[in-house]
Amino acid sequence: MSARGLLRLFTALYLALFFAYLFLPLVFMVAAAFNASRFPTMLPWEGFTLQWFWGFDARGRPTGLFQDARMAAALWNSILIGAGVILLSVPLGLAGALLLTSLQSRLKGFLYAVLVSPILTPGVILGISTLIFWQRAFEVGGGLFLAVVGQSTFIASYCMLLFMARLERFDRTLEEAALDLGASHLQMVRRILLPFLRPAILSAALIAFLQSFENYNTTLFVIGAEDTLTINIATRVRLGLTPAVNAIGVLFIAATVLAAIGWAVLRRREVAVRRERPVPARAQRLAPAAG
Amino acid sequence: MSELWRRFGRLGGGLVLATALLWALLLIVLPQLLMVELSFRPNLPAAARGGPEDVLSLANYAALWANPLHRAIFWQTIWSSLLVTLLALLVCYPVAFHLAQEARGTRALLLATALVIPFWVNEILRTFSWFLILARNGLVNRLLLGLGVIEEPLALGGVGAVMIGMVYAYVLFMIFPLYNALESLDRNQIEAARDLGASTWRIHWRVVIPHAKPGIAVGCVMTFMLAAGTFAVPQIMQSLPGGTNARWFTQIIYSYFFDGGDWNRGSAYAFALLLLCIVFVMATMRLFRVGLRDIAK
Repeated sequence: MSARGLLRLFTALYLALFFAYLFLPLVFMVAAAFNASRFPTMLPWEGFTLQWFWGFDARGRPTGLFQDARMAAALWNSILIGAGVILLSVPLGLAGALLLTSLQSRLKGFLYAVLVSPILTPGVILGISTLIFWQRAFEVGGGLFLAVVGQSTFIASYCMLLFMARLERFDRTLEEAALDLGASHLQMVRRILLPFLRPAILSAALIAFLQSFENYNTTLFVIGAEDTLTINIATRVRLGLTPAVNAIGVLFIAATVLAAIGWAVLRRREVAVRRERPVPARAQRLAPAAG
Repeated sequence: MSELWRRFGRLGGGLVLATALLWALLLIVLPQLLMVELSFRPNLPAAARGGPEDVLSLANYAALWANPLHRAIFWQTIWSSLLVTLLALLVCYPVAFHLAQEARGTRALLLATALVIPFWVNEILRTFSWFLILARNGLVNRLLLGLGVIEEPLALGGVGAVMIGMVYAYVLFMIFPLYNALESLDRNQIEAARDLGASTWRIHWRVVIPHAKPGIAVGCVMTFMLAAGTFAVPQIMQSLPGGTNARWFTQIIYSYFFDGGDWNRGSAYAFALLLLCIVFVMATMRLFRVGLRDIAK
């Protein structure tokens, strides 16, 4: 076998190992969710059951995830916080991106560093500083509100980066043309800028919600006595171990797989469309009128 | 600044400016400054704050230095995080290279999608899945018992287990920056090097890795920061038998805030951790000669 063939074989082997490393733990976790064993484990296999989703044990006590009212409350809190984070982070990130793209001076570099720094700061420290600031300056303690604020500190930075990436491809002459032709600033923003930014706003909102939903390190310090889904999962993992935790894992993985498949299908269609029509859709629409 | 007024008018420009500055001040700068300020003051009851005892000092930092246990945990956190970062880089580089340069079309899309799935399963569940493998009744012990290699289940907890959990939880933060950097490398450069007679190692060392520098830097910075600042992974892995000694610096900070009620000492410890991360970020960026702008990619 040639050296390159050997290398190719080695690469294939390594990839197989890597993806096994990535997925096998998740497979074991999913399998344990359907095992009748009282403890979350795949081996020994004691028979298939759905009781960790919905069911009762021998003494008639509920064992399932869906029967747990605290879990439902935690989930609701996570959704509320996620919505709050979207409402706060998207405008903050947008304002940051618009400001930075309008600046030219050395101030730009400095402000950029400040606004990006939360991404490079450990989550626990963002949580701690948020807690200290609001507690000492405004006497606001931990809770849902502070969770929204603490998480937005760094999620807004992610949103800003998304907006900046999109704005890099923005043709600023469109903006100037609109203003020159007598549009008001508000009209320009509504008719030119926001439509162009629409995809970025949607993806920023989605990313913000997902980041918020799965956040633990920051939330832990600012959540006070409240519960969120991630906090609840962590408590379960630490204390009362029943396979109901695995059932949560199954739901998480199912949701992610569905989202990933949807994303892949969309990407493929997008690639296919681009291959068929190298001319941008917009130019095509204009073409017949011009001809 | 005049550019801002020209684009959005006085009212709109003012709104953009005010919103961005409020974010910078209320959410980022002031909270950090207050944390640092708190760390230089003694822990006093509310009534005594601002009184004659409330003076600035380095006492909280001296306490960290004087406590051998805390100092040891601090060093262990740094050392383990460095190791996790290096391991993640080694594990991810071949995969990222293959994905960016060798895989094409549907196959590349499939592999990328497969990477995204574990990425969005949250950190706690990812760690938990390894907890289940290493537990007393877990897969490793079952397997070894079944094969007759051991008689009694092994206690697999400890710093090693925490690090396994972390590499697993954070590989994806390494792989995506690497992938982004490698994707922009022109395949012809590799072909040219090969045609000119360079060996595979030499191609990677002289062509691919220099090109991937920004990606390597960003991946390392993210992974180190996540590892040094994690609370979830050690917390879960400690429940393993033999895992109680694997404490993380963030856990000491947490206990100062919520068990000990000494926010000042906790702030000093938190600031020490933050300084460590800043030093690591600056050193890595200097080493790889990349700027803060590259983070955005």
